[in-house]
Amino acid sequence: MDIQLKITDREGKLHKVEAPTDMALNLMEVMHMYEIAPEGTIGVCGGMAMCASCQCYVQSNHIKLPEMQMDEEAMLSEAFYVKDNSRLGCQIPIAEELDGLEVTLAPES
Amino acid sequence: MIKTDILIIGAGPTGLFTVFEAGLLKLKCHLIDGLPQPGGQLAELYPKKPIYDIPGYPEVSAGSLVDNLMEQIKPFQPGFTLGEKATHLKKLDNGNFVVTTDEGTEHEAPIVAIAGGLGSFEPRKPALENLDFYEKRGVHYMVKNPQDFKNKDVVIAGGGDSALDWSIVLSDIASSVTLIHRRSEFRGALESVDRVKDLKDVGKINLITPAEITALHGKEKLESLSIKKNDSDETFQLSTDHFIPLFGLSPKLGPIANWGLEIEKNAIKVDNSLDYQTNIPGIYAIGDVNTYPGKLKLILCGFHEATMMCQSAFKKINPNKKYVMKYTTVGGVTGFDGSKKEAPKAVVKSLD
Repeated sequence: MDIQLKITDREGKLHKVEAPTDMALNLMEVMHMYEIAPEGTIGVCGGMAMCASCQCYVQSNHIKLPEMQMDEEAMLSEAFYVKDNSRLGCQIPIAEELDGLEVTLAPES
Repeated sequence: MIKTDILIIGAGPTGLFTVFEAGLLKLKCHLIDGLPQPGGQLAELYPKKPIYDIPGYPEVSAGSLVDNLMEQIKPFQPGFTLGEKATHLKKLDNGNFVVTTDEGTEHEAPIVAIAGGLGSFEPRKPALENLDFYEKRGVHYMVKNPQDFKNKDVVIAGGGDSALDWSIVLSDIASSVTLIHRRSEFRGALESVDRVKDLKDVGKINLITPAEITALHGKEKLESLSIKKNDSDETFQLSTDHFIPLFGLSPKLGPIANWGLEIEKNAIKVDNSLDYQTNIPGIYAIGDVNTYPGKLKLILCGFHEATMMCQSAFKKINPNKKYVMKYTTVGGVTGFDGSKKEAPKAVVKSLD
């Protein structure tokens, strides 16, 4: 099954994209796939929660995201432009429950 | 002027393996890397993380892979310019290239292999007003020489290994060390965290957490910082000579982008049907730094690209020499250091 995502890029442009749930993708990889941000400015560490280049602000409160693990928490404690609704895209696996998720990509740092 | 056959920019896995393949062809290599140690991202970002897709290794840690590559290329005596960033490229009348670093070190070679990975690692700078002004006036993003901080007051910010490690080192040299982190938890090697705690208990490190630096002050140079305690919203000033924000490094293609190479999506376009050469003959790009249809940023692909590139470089350097590829199992490996590795000879012996 494909789910719908609304992703606002760093220029403020909204992208409505579809993401498959059966390919073991995470949100960072989906953003990469759709080139929401230029190559080299997103997913720099490859998804190891080590660079925060996929930091995004989660706008949809009604969707339950997987709980934050220690790696992600530690990275966000060092990252810039962090808000209460910050998450690392690479730590959010694409799953059916995420259908309708709305996020905004955080500025590059 | 450092002279070599193949000048490799970037000492990550691809750059290191290039030395081996070039060595088999009797070509000498020299590597330039902005980081103080070889290994690129593997050494800098995730030395302890496992890699599972290196052929022949069911599992190998990034750090061990770098150690093994260093061991493998040792017989070919590569030169290293470490801790310096390649900034300028110039073509000479004799066809050679000269690459100069930010420290002014010059290197000359007929072949340049850019194995720059994600680019050079630039410090991630906190969003503080006038930060630029205080650079070289008390603000540093790395510690090059710890003795520069002798008998000075130093404030370090950050929550990772480098913040912990430098706090430990400088606590013996500086007159005071203050470590500030946005949270009370640090992410680092257990022994570093424990050591910082010990030093805090004996008063050698002044720990302020959870807190953030909100402003820099000083007329000619840095004199003090405003610090906001996150749990109480209380803000106070702390006088200091130096401020070292250590918030990690983020890779940027950097000066290479201005060398006249064809760039697409932050990567260098190469001819993947042949030899991974760029639009400038004699300059190749291999590993994560290049792009072509179907490109995969994998270490194993970088190894292949390095091998193909060295064959092409050999032909360029020796246009009149014929070359026949030899298996290392057949030909062995003869190092520039006089060492020779070869398959043990089979014996013909009666067992009676």
